[in-house]
Amino acid sequence: MIAEFELETPDRLDAALALLAGQDAGAGAALAGGTNLIVDLRSGRESPARVVDLGGIDALRGIEVGADAITLGARATVTDLLTSPEIAAHAPALVEAARVFAGQMVRNAATVAGNIACGSPAADLVPPLMTLDAEVTLASTTGERVVPLAEYFTGYRADVRRGDELITRIRWPRLPESSVHGFHKLARRKGDAITVVGVSVALSVAGGRCSRARIALGAVAPMVVRAPKAEAMLEGVALTPALIEDAARQAVEECTPIDDIRATAAYRRHCVHVLTRRLVTAAWDRLV
Amino acid sequence: MPKEKNVTLTVNGRQVTARLPSHRTLLEALRDLGFVDVKRGCEKGDCGACAVLVDGVAIDSCLTLAASVEGRAITTVAGLGDRDAPHPLQDAFAASGAVQCGYCTPGLIVAAQSLLNRTPEPTDDDIRLALSGNLCRCTGYAKIFDAVRAAARALRDGGDAR
Repeated sequence: MIAEFELETPDRLDAALALLAGQDAGAGAALAGGTNLIVDLRSGRESPARVVDLGGIDALRGIEVGADAITLGARATVTDLLTSPEIAAHAPALVEAARVFAGQMVRNAATVAGNIACGSPAADLVPPLMTLDAEVTLASTTGERVVPLAEYFTGYRADVRRGDELITRIRWPRLPESSVHGFHKLARRKGDAITVVGVSVALSVAGGRCSRARIALGAVAPMVVRAPKAEAMLEGVALTPALIEDAARQAVEECTPIDDIRATAAYRRHCVHVLTRRLVTAAWDRLV
Repeated sequence: MPKEKNVTLTVNGRQVTARLPSHRTLLEALRDLGFVDVKRGCEKGDCGACAVLVDGVAIDSCLTLAASVEGRAITTVAGLGDRDAPHPLQDAFAASGAVQCGYCTPGLIVAAQSLLNRTPEPTDDDIRLALSGNLCRCTGYAKIFDAVRAAARALRDGGDAR
Protein backbone atom coordinates (compact mmCIF):
# COMPACT_ATOMS: atom_id res chain seq x y z
CA MET A 1 0.00 0.00 0.00
CA ILE A 2 1.36 3.38 -1.03
CA ALA A 3 0.90 6.59 0.96
CA GLU A 4 -1.26 9.23 -0.69
CA PHE A 5 0.11 11.97 -2.89
CA GLU A 6 -1.10 14.49 -5.43
CA LEU A 7 -0.48 13.25 -8.96
CA GLU A 8 0.21 15.82 -11.66
CA THR A 9 0.36 14.86 -15.34
CA PRO A 10 1.71 17.85 -17.26
CA ASP A 11 2.16 17.58 -21.04
CA ARG A 12 4.79 20.30 -21.28
CA LEU A 13 8.24 20.52 -19.75
CA ASP A 14 7.76 24.09 -18.49
CA ALA A 15 4.59 23.01 -16.67
CA ALA A 16 6.47 20.10 -15.06
CA LEU A 17 9.27 22.41 -13.94
CA ALA A 18 6.74 24.89 -12.51
CA LEU A 19 5.17 22.06 -10.51
CA LEU A 20 8.56 21.12 -9.07
CA ALA A 21 9.63 24.73 -8.40
CA GLY A 22 9.66 25.70 -4.76
CA GLN A 23 9.34 22.09 -3.62
CA ASP A 24 11.45 21.21 -0.61
CA ALA A 25 13.85 18.33 -1.08
CA GLY A 26 11.82 15.12 -1.05
CA ALA A 27 8.44 16.89 -1.23
CA GLY A 28 8.13 16.60 -4.99
CA ALA A 29 9.11 13.55 -7.02
CA ALA A 30 9.43 13.18 -10.78
CA LEU A 31 7.91 9.97 -12.15
CA ALA A 32 9.38 8.58 -15.36
CA GLY A 33 9.44 4.79 -15.82
CA GLY A 34 8.46 4.26 -12.19
CA THR A 35 10.55 1.10 -11.85
CA ASN A 36 12.46 2.57 -8.90
CA LEU A 37 10.06 5.24 -7.66
CA ILE A 38 6.98 3.04 -7.27
CA VAL A 39 9.03 0.46 -5.35
CA ASP A 40 10.39 3.23 -3.09
CA LEU A 41 6.89 4.67 -2.57
CA ARG A 42 5.60 1.24 -1.59
CA SER A 43 8.42 0.65 0.88
CA GLY A 44 8.03 4.13 2.35
CA ARG A 45 11.58 5.06 1.43
CA GLU A 46 10.09 7.96 -0.55
CA SER A 47 6.98 9.79 0.59
CA PRO A 48 6.51 12.87 -1.58
CA ALA A 49 3.45 15.10 -1.24
CA ARG A 50 3.41 15.58 -5.01
CA VAL A 51 4.36 13.27 -7.87
CA VAL A 52 4.90 14.79 -11.31
CA ASP A 53 4.37 12.19 -14.05
CA LEU A 54 6.62 13.01 -17.03
CA GLY A 55 4.98 10.42 -19.34
CA GLY A 56 3.02 12.97 -21.34
CA ILE A 57 5.96 15.22 -22.21
CA ASP A 58 6.96 14.41 -25.77
CA ALA A 59 9.87 16.87 -25.67
CA LEU A 60 11.76 14.49 -23.40
CA ARG A 61 11.74 11.59 -25.87
CA GLY A 62 14.02 10.48 -28.64
CA ILE A 63 17.60 9.73 -29.60
CA GLU A 64 19.37 12.30 -31.75
CA VAL A 65 22.60 11.55 -33.60
CA GLY A 66 24.40 14.74 -34.59
CA ALA A 67 27.65 15.31 -36.46
CA ASP A 68 29.61 15.73 -33.22
CA ALA A 69 27.44 14.34 -30.45
CA ILE A 70 24.68 11.93 -29.55
CA THR A 71 21.81 13.20 -27.41
CA LEU A 72 19.28 11.13 -25.50
CA GLY A 73 16.02 12.62 -24.34
CA ALA A 74 15.58 11.99 -20.64
CA ARG A 75 12.67 9.63 -21.27
CA ALA A 76 14.55 7.40 -23.72
CA THR A 77 13.99 3.92 -22.31
CA VAL A 78 16.41 1.05 -21.85
CA THR A 79 14.53 -0.75 -24.64
CA ASP A 80 15.11 2.28 -26.89
CA LEU A 81 18.86 1.74 -26.36
CA LEU A 82 18.53 -1.96 -27.23
CA THR A 83 16.63 -1.33 -30.44
CA SER A 84 18.53 1.69 -31.76
CA PRO A 85 21.02 1.01 -34.58
CA GLU A 86 22.60 4.40 -33.83
CA ILE A 87 23.35 3.49 -30.23
CA ALA A 88 24.74 0.13 -31.37
CA ALA A 89 27.08 2.00 -33.71
CA HIS A 90 28.09 4.84 -31.41
CA ALA A 91 27.88 3.45 -27.88
CA PRO A 92 28.02 -0.36 -28.08
CA ALA A 93 28.71 -0.77 -24.36
CA LEU A 94 25.42 0.96 -23.64
CA VAL A 95 23.66 -1.77 -25.63
CA GLU A 96 25.59 -4.44 -23.70
CA ALA A 97 24.45 -2.83 -20.45
CA ALA A 98 20.85 -2.62 -21.70
CA ARG A 99 20.92 -6.35 -22.55
CA VAL A 100 21.68 -7.31 -18.94
CA PHE A 101 19.43 -4.66 -17.40
CA ALA A 102 16.62 -6.19 -15.28
CA GLY A 103 13.91 -7.86 -17.42
CA GLN A 104 11.87 -6.94 -20.48
CA MET A 105 9.02 -5.15 -18.70
CA VAL A 106 11.38 -3.03 -16.62
CA ARG A 107 13.47 -2.20 -19.72
CA ASN A 108 10.31 -1.14 -21.57
CA ALA A 109 9.48 1.37 -18.83
CA ALA A 110 12.76 2.38 -17.21
CA THR A 111 14.49 5.46 -18.57
CA VAL A 112 18.13 6.35 -18.97
CA ALA A 113 17.68 9.51 -16.91
CA GLY A 114 15.94 7.53 -14.19
CA ASN A 115 18.86 5.11 -13.98
CA ILE A 116 21.15 8.10 -13.42
CA ALA A 117 18.78 9.91 -11.06
CA CYS A 118 18.31 6.89 -8.78
CA GLY A 119 21.98 7.34 -7.82
CA SER A 120 22.62 3.66 -7.28
CA PRO A 121 26.29 2.64 -7.37
CA ALA A 122 25.08 -0.46 -9.26
CA ALA A 123 23.19 1.51 -11.97
CA ASP A 124 24.19 -0.37 -15.13
CA LEU A 125 23.90 2.43 -17.66
CA VAL A 126 26.16 4.79 -15.73
CA PRO A 127 29.61 3.18 -16.29
CA PRO A 128 29.18 3.02 -20.10
CA LEU A 129 27.92 6.63 -20.14
CA MET A 130 30.82 7.74 -17.97
CA THR A 131 33.41 6.25 -20.33
CA LEU A 132 31.76 8.27 -23.13
CA ASP A 133 32.28 11.52 -21.15
CA ALA A 134 28.52 11.98 -21.04
CA GLU A 135 27.04 15.21 -19.70
CA VAL A 136 23.69 15.63 -17.99
CA THR A 137 21.48 18.66 -18.62
CA LEU A 138 19.53 19.79 -15.55
CA ALA A 139 16.61 22.16 -16.07
CA SER A 140 14.53 24.22 -13.66
CA THR A 141 12.31 27.28 -13.95
CA THR A 142 15.43 29.40 -13.45
CA GLY A 143 17.37 27.89 -16.37
CA GLU A 144 19.57 25.04 -17.45
CA ARG A 145 22.97 23.79 -16.43
CA VAL A 146 25.17 21.05 -17.82
CA VAL A 147 27.02 18.72 -15.44
CA PRO A 148 29.57 16.10 -16.51
CA LEU A 149 28.28 12.69 -15.40
CA ALA A 150 31.66 12.08 -13.73
CA GLU A 151 30.86 15.04 -11.40
CA TYR A 152 27.15 14.34 -11.02
CA PHE A 153 27.28 11.97 -8.04
CA THR A 154 28.43 13.19 -4.65
CA GLY A 155 28.02 10.02 -2.58
CA TYR A 156 25.77 7.04 -1.98
CA ARG A 157 22.44 7.91 -3.65
CA ALA A 158 23.48 11.57 -3.49
CA ASP A 159 23.93 13.88 -6.44
CA VAL A 160 24.04 17.54 -7.45
CA ARG A 161 20.42 17.68 -8.68
CA ARG A 162 18.20 20.04 -6.68
CA GLY A 163 14.58 19.18 -5.85
CA ASP A 164 13.32 21.69 -8.42
CA GLU A 165 15.50 20.30 -11.23
CA LEU A 166 14.85 17.62 -13.82
CA ILE A 167 17.30 15.76 -16.02
CA THR A 168 16.20 16.68 -19.55
CA ARG A 169 19.03 15.39 -21.76
CA ILE A 170 22.09 13.15 -21.71
CA ARG A 171 24.67 13.99 -24.32
CA TRP A 172 28.13 12.75 -25.25
CA PRO A 173 30.64 13.55 -27.96
CA ARG A 174 31.08 10.88 -30.62
CA LEU A 175 33.97 8.57 -29.89
CA PRO A 176 36.98 9.13 -32.15
CA GLU A 177 37.55 6.77 -35.11
CA SER A 178 39.38 3.62 -33.97
CA SER A 179 37.68 3.29 -30.61
CA VAL A 180 36.33 0.34 -28.66
CA HIS A 181 33.63 0.79 -26.01
CA GLY A 182 33.07 -2.21 -23.73
CA PHE A 183 31.12 -3.20 -20.64
CA HIS A 184 30.96 -6.27 -18.46
CA LYS A 185 28.41 -6.87 -15.74
CA LEU A 186 29.27 -9.53 -13.22
CA ALA A 187 26.11 -10.79 -11.48
CA ARG A 188 24.52 -14.04 -10.39
CA ARG A 189 22.47 -14.22 -13.57
CA LYS A 190 22.45 -12.44 -16.93
CA GLY A 191 18.97 -11.04 -16.38
CA ASP A 192 16.98 -9.76 -13.43
CA ALA A 193 20.01 -9.46 -11.12
CA ILE A 194 21.77 -6.65 -9.29
CA THR A 195 25.34 -6.02 -10.36
CA VAL A 196 28.18 -7.36 -8.20
CA VAL A 197 30.81 -5.52 -10.25
CA GLY A 198 30.30 -3.55 -13.47
CA VAL A 199 33.22 -2.28 -15.52
CA SER A 200 33.17 -0.15 -18.65
CA VAL A 201 36.25 0.67 -20.71
CA ALA A 202 36.58 3.00 -23.69
CA LEU A 203 39.86 2.95 -25.58
CA SER A 204 40.93 4.90 -28.65
CA VAL A 205 44.03 4.50 -30.76
CA ALA A 206 45.91 6.98 -32.93
CA GLY A 207 49.32 6.41 -34.50
CA GLY A 208 49.82 3.09 -32.72
CA ARG A 209 49.37 4.61 -29.28
CA CYS A 210 46.42 4.73 -26.92
CA SER A 211 45.09 8.25 -27.43
CA ARG A 212 42.18 8.10 -24.97
CA ALA A 213 41.40 5.75 -22.11
CA ARG A 214 38.39 5.74 -19.82
CA ILE A 215 37.63 3.24 -17.07
CA ALA A 216 34.43 3.41 -15.01
CA LEU A 217 33.64 1.07 -12.13
CA GLY A 218 30.16 0.16 -10.85
CA ALA A 219 29.09 -1.30 -7.48
CA VAL A 220 32.55 -0.93 -5.93
CA ALA A 221 32.23 2.50 -4.28
CA PRO A 222 29.39 4.61 -2.83
CA MET A 223 28.78 5.75 -6.41
CA VAL A 224 29.96 4.80 -9.89
CA VAL A 225 33.55 6.09 -10.14
CA ARG A 226 36.22 6.60 -12.77
CA ALA A 227 39.75 5.29 -12.32
CA PRO A 228 41.69 8.36 -13.52
CA LYS A 229 45.15 7.18 -12.44
CA ALA A 230 44.73 3.89 -14.26
CA GLU A 231 43.46 5.77 -17.32
CA ALA A 232 46.53 8.05 -17.23
CA MET A 233 48.85 5.02 -17.22
CA LEU A 234 47.33 3.87 -20.52
CA GLU A 235 47.17 7.17 -22.41
CA GLY A 236 49.95 8.23 -24.78
CA VAL A 237 51.68 4.87 -25.07
CA ALA A 238 51.45 1.57 -26.93
CA LEU A 239 49.94 -0.94 -24.52
CA THR A 240 51.73 -4.09 -23.43
CA PRO A 241 50.39 -6.93 -21.30
CA ALA A 242 52.59 -5.75 -18.40
CA LEU A 243 51.29 -2.19 -18.62
CA ILE A 244 47.67 -3.37 -18.83
CA GLU A 245 48.26 -5.54 -15.75
CA ASP A 246 49.68 -2.55 -13.84
CA ALA A 247 46.76 -0.34 -14.88
CA ALA A 248 44.25 -3.00 -13.83
CA ARG A 249 45.96 -3.20 -10.41
CA GLN A 250 45.84 0.60 -10.20
CA ALA A 251 42.08 0.54 -10.92
CA VAL A 252 41.68 -1.65 -7.83
CA GLU A 253 43.36 1.08 -5.77
CA GLU A 254 40.78 3.57 -7.05
CA CYS A 255 37.70 1.75 -5.80
CA THR A 256 36.38 1.29 -2.26
CA PRO A 257 34.06 -1.71 -2.26
CA ILE A 258 32.18 -3.06 0.74
CA ASP A 259 31.06 -6.50 1.88
CA ASP A 260 27.36 -7.03 1.27
CA ILE A 261 24.82 -9.74 0.57
CA ARG A 262 26.05 -10.15 -3.02
CA ALA A 263 29.84 -10.35 -2.53
CA THR A 264 32.75 -9.51 -0.30
CA ALA A 265 34.90 -6.43 -0.80
CA ALA A 266 37.91 -8.67 -1.48
CA TYR A 267 36.06 -10.53 -4.25
CA ARG A 268 34.94 -7.25 -5.77
CA ARG A 269 38.53 -5.94 -5.80
CA HIS A 270 39.67 -9.14 -7.49
CA CYS A 271 36.94 -8.77 -10.11
CA VAL A 272 37.81 -5.13 -10.80
CA HIS A 273 41.37 -6.29 -11.49
CA VAL A 274 40.37 -9.16 -13.77
CA LEU A 275 37.56 -7.39 -15.63
CA THR A 276 39.61 -4.22 -16.22
CA ARG A 277 42.51 -6.28 -17.54
CA ARG A 278 40.23 -8.32 -19.81
CA LEU A 279 38.30 -5.34 -21.18
CA VAL A 280 41.43 -3.25 -21.85
CA THR A 281 43.22 -6.23 -23.43
CA ALA A 282 40.25 -7.08 -25.66
CA ALA A 283 39.89 -3.43 -26.72
CA TRP A 284 43.59 -3.02 -27.50
CA ASP A 285 43.69 -6.31 -29.44
CA ARG A 286 40.79 -5.15 -31.60
CA LEU A 287 42.37 -1.78 -32.26
CA VAL A 288 45.91 -2.74 -33.27
CA MET B 1 -4.83 16.55 -9.82
CA PRO B 2 -6.48 15.94 -6.50
CA LYS B 3 -5.70 12.82 -4.53
CA GLU B 4 -8.63 10.98 -6.11
CA LYS B 5 -10.40 11.16 -9.45
CA ASN B 6 -12.41 9.26 -12.04
CA VAL B 7 -10.05 7.27 -14.23
CA THR B 8 -11.19 5.64 -17.45
CA LEU B 9 -9.16 2.64 -18.47
CA THR B 10 -9.44 0.79 -21.78
CA VAL B 11 -8.94 -2.86 -20.92
CA ASN B 12 -9.22 -5.59 -23.54
CA GLY B 13 -11.15 -3.18 -25.74
CA ARG B 14 -13.67 -2.33 -23.03
CA GLN B 15 -13.86 1.04 -21.27
CA VAL B 16 -14.16 0.95 -17.50
CA THR B 17 -14.34 3.98 -15.25
CA ALA B 18 -13.52 3.91 -11.57
CA ARG B 19 -12.94 6.47 -8.87
CA LEU B 20 -9.32 5.87 -7.90
CA PRO B 21 -6.85 7.44 -5.53
CA SER B 22 -3.83 8.76 -7.41
CA HIS B 23 -1.49 6.26 -5.78
CA ARG B 24 -3.46 3.23 -7.00
CA THR B 25 -1.26 0.97 -9.14
CA LEU B 26 -2.55 -0.48 -12.39
CA LEU B 27 -2.22 -3.96 -10.87
CA GLU B 28 -4.45 -3.07 -7.90
CA ALA B 29 -6.96 -1.27 -10.12
CA LEU B 30 -7.22 -4.12 -12.64
CA ARG B 31 -7.69 -6.80 -9.98
CA ASP B 32 -10.27 -4.68 -8.13
CA LEU B 33 -12.13 -4.26 -11.43
CA GLY B 34 -12.25 -8.05 -11.86
CA PHE B 35 -9.33 -8.60 -14.22
CA VAL B 36 -7.88 -11.23 -11.94
CA ASP B 37 -6.01 -12.94 -14.78
CA VAL B 38 -3.36 -10.31 -13.94
CA LYS B 39 -1.37 -11.88 -11.11
CA ARG B 40 0.14 -10.18 -8.09
CA GLY B 41 3.66 -11.48 -7.42
CA CYS B 42 6.66 -9.66 -6.00
CA GLU B 43 5.28 -6.11 -6.49
CA LYS B 44 8.73 -4.78 -7.29
CA GLY B 45 9.37 -5.62 -10.91
CA ASP B 46 11.32 -8.83 -10.46
CA CYS B 47 8.83 -11.61 -11.26
CA GLY B 48 6.74 -10.43 -14.23
CA ALA B 49 3.52 -12.12 -13.03
CA CYS B 50 1.61 -8.82 -13.34
CA ALA B 51 2.71 -8.00 -16.90
CA VAL B 52 0.14 -6.39 -19.20
CA LEU B 53 0.44 -4.83 -22.64
CA VAL B 54 0.11 -1.07 -22.89
CA ASP B 55 -0.22 -0.11 -26.57
CA GLY B 56 1.32 -3.49 -27.43
CA VAL B 57 4.35 -3.19 -25.15
CA ALA B 58 4.64 -5.27 -21.97
CA ILE B 59 5.11 -3.47 -18.67
CA ASP B 60 4.83 -4.51 -15.04
CA SER B 61 1.42 -3.28 -13.86
CA CYS B 62 2.70 -3.24 -10.25
CA LEU B 63 5.16 -0.47 -11.19
CA THR B 64 2.62 1.63 -13.08
CA LEU B 65 0.07 4.07 -11.67
CA ALA B 66 -3.43 3.46 -13.04
CA ALA B 67 -3.92 7.18 -13.72
CA SER B 68 -0.76 7.25 -15.85
CA VAL B 69 -2.20 4.93 -18.51
CA GLU B 70 -5.59 6.56 -18.98
CA GLY B 71 -6.52 6.56 -22.66
CA ARG B 72 -4.03 3.88 -23.64
CA ALA B 73 -4.89 0.35 -24.79
CA ILE B 74 -4.34 -2.12 -21.96
CA THR B 75 -4.38 -5.82 -22.82
CA THR B 76 -4.30 -8.62 -20.25
CA VAL B 77 -3.75 -12.26 -21.08
CA ALA B 78 -7.52 -12.82 -21.17
CA GLY B 79 -7.74 -10.07 -23.78
CA LEU B 80 -5.50 -12.05 -26.15
CA GLY B 81 -7.88 -14.99 -26.33
CA ASP B 82 -10.13 -17.25 -24.29
CA ARG B 83 -11.13 -20.91 -24.07
CA ASP B 84 -13.34 -20.70 -27.15
CA ALA B 85 -10.92 -18.69 -29.26
CA PRO B 86 -7.45 -19.10 -27.79
CA HIS B 87 -4.52 -17.05 -29.00
CA PRO B 88 -1.72 -19.09 -30.64
CA LEU B 89 0.49 -18.41 -27.59
CA GLN B 90 -2.20 -19.77 -25.27
CA ASP B 91 -2.63 -22.83 -27.51
CA ALA B 92 1.11 -23.38 -27.66
CA PHE B 93 1.61 -23.06 -23.90
CA ALA B 94 -1.07 -25.70 -23.34
CA ALA B 95 0.13 -28.02 -26.10
CA SER B 96 3.82 -27.78 -25.13
CA GLY B 97 3.22 -28.42 -21.43
CA ALA B 98 4.68 -25.00 -20.65
CA VAL B 99 2.35 -24.64 -17.66
CA GLN B 100 2.72 -26.32 -14.30
CA CYS B 101 1.33 -24.29 -11.40
CA GLY B 102 0.33 -21.62 -13.91
CA TYR B 103 0.90 -18.55 -11.76
CA CYS B 104 3.60 -17.09 -14.03
CA THR B 105 1.79 -18.02 -17.25
CA PRO B 106 -0.29 -14.85 -17.80
CA GLY B 107 2.82 -12.69 -17.47
CA LEU B 108 4.90 -14.98 -19.65
CA ILE B 109 2.32 -14.98 -22.44
CA VAL B 110 2.06 -11.19 -22.27
CA ALA B 111 5.87 -10.83 -22.36
CA ALA B 112 6.06 -13.25 -25.28
CA GLN B 113 3.35 -11.35 -27.18
CA SER B 114 5.28 -8.10 -26.63
CA LEU B 115 8.31 -9.82 -28.19
CA LEU B 116 6.34 -11.18 -31.17
CA ASN B 117 4.75 -7.78 -31.81
CA ARG B 118 8.22 -6.44 -32.53
CA THR B 119 10.09 -9.58 -33.62
CA PRO B 120 7.91 -12.10 -35.48
CA GLU B 121 10.85 -14.44 -36.10
CA PRO B 122 12.70 -14.49 -32.77
CA THR B 123 15.97 -16.31 -32.16
CA ASP B 124 16.45 -18.17 -28.88
CA ASP B 125 18.54 -15.21 -27.74
CA ASP B 126 15.61 -12.87 -28.48
CA ILE B 127 13.29 -15.13 -26.47
CA ARG B 128 15.76 -15.32 -23.57
CA LEU B 129 16.03 -11.53 -23.49
CA ALA B 130 12.27 -11.03 -23.74
CA LEU B 131 11.49 -13.47 -20.91
CA SER B 132 14.32 -12.37 -18.60
CA GLY B 133 11.87 -10.50 -16.37
CA ASN B 134 9.49 -13.46 -15.84
CA LEU B 135 10.24 -15.93 -13.10
CA CYS B 136 8.93 -19.49 -13.42
CA ARG B 137 9.96 -21.79 -10.61
CA CYS B 138 8.29 -24.95 -11.98
CA THR B 139 9.14 -25.65 -15.57
CA GLY B 140 12.79 -24.77 -16.08
CA TYR B 141 11.81 -22.72 -19.16
CA ALA B 142 12.53 -25.41 -21.81
CA LYS B 143 8.84 -26.01 -22.54
CA ILE B 144 8.17 -22.28 -22.38
CA PHE B 145 10.75 -21.72 -25.11
CA ASP B 146 9.16 -24.54 -27.15
CA ALA B 147 5.79 -22.81 -26.78
CA VAL B 148 7.06 -19.40 -27.85
CA ARG B 149 8.84 -20.89 -30.89
CA ALA B 150 5.69 -22.82 -31.88
CA ALA B 151 3.45 -19.78 -31.43
CA ALA B 152 5.79 -17.60 -33.48
CA ARG B 153 5.67 -20.18 -36.29
CA ALA B 154 1.89 -20.40 -36.07
CA LEU B 155 1.47 -16.63 -36.14
CA ARG B 156 3.76 -16.35 -39.17
CA ASP B 157 2.16 -19.21 -41.09
CA GLY B 158 -1.37 -18.58 -39.93
CA GLY B 159 -1.36 -22.23 -38.87
CA ASP B 160 -2.06 -24.17 -35.71
CA ALA B 161 0.29 -23.99 -32.72
CA ARG B 162 -0.68 -27.40 -31.37
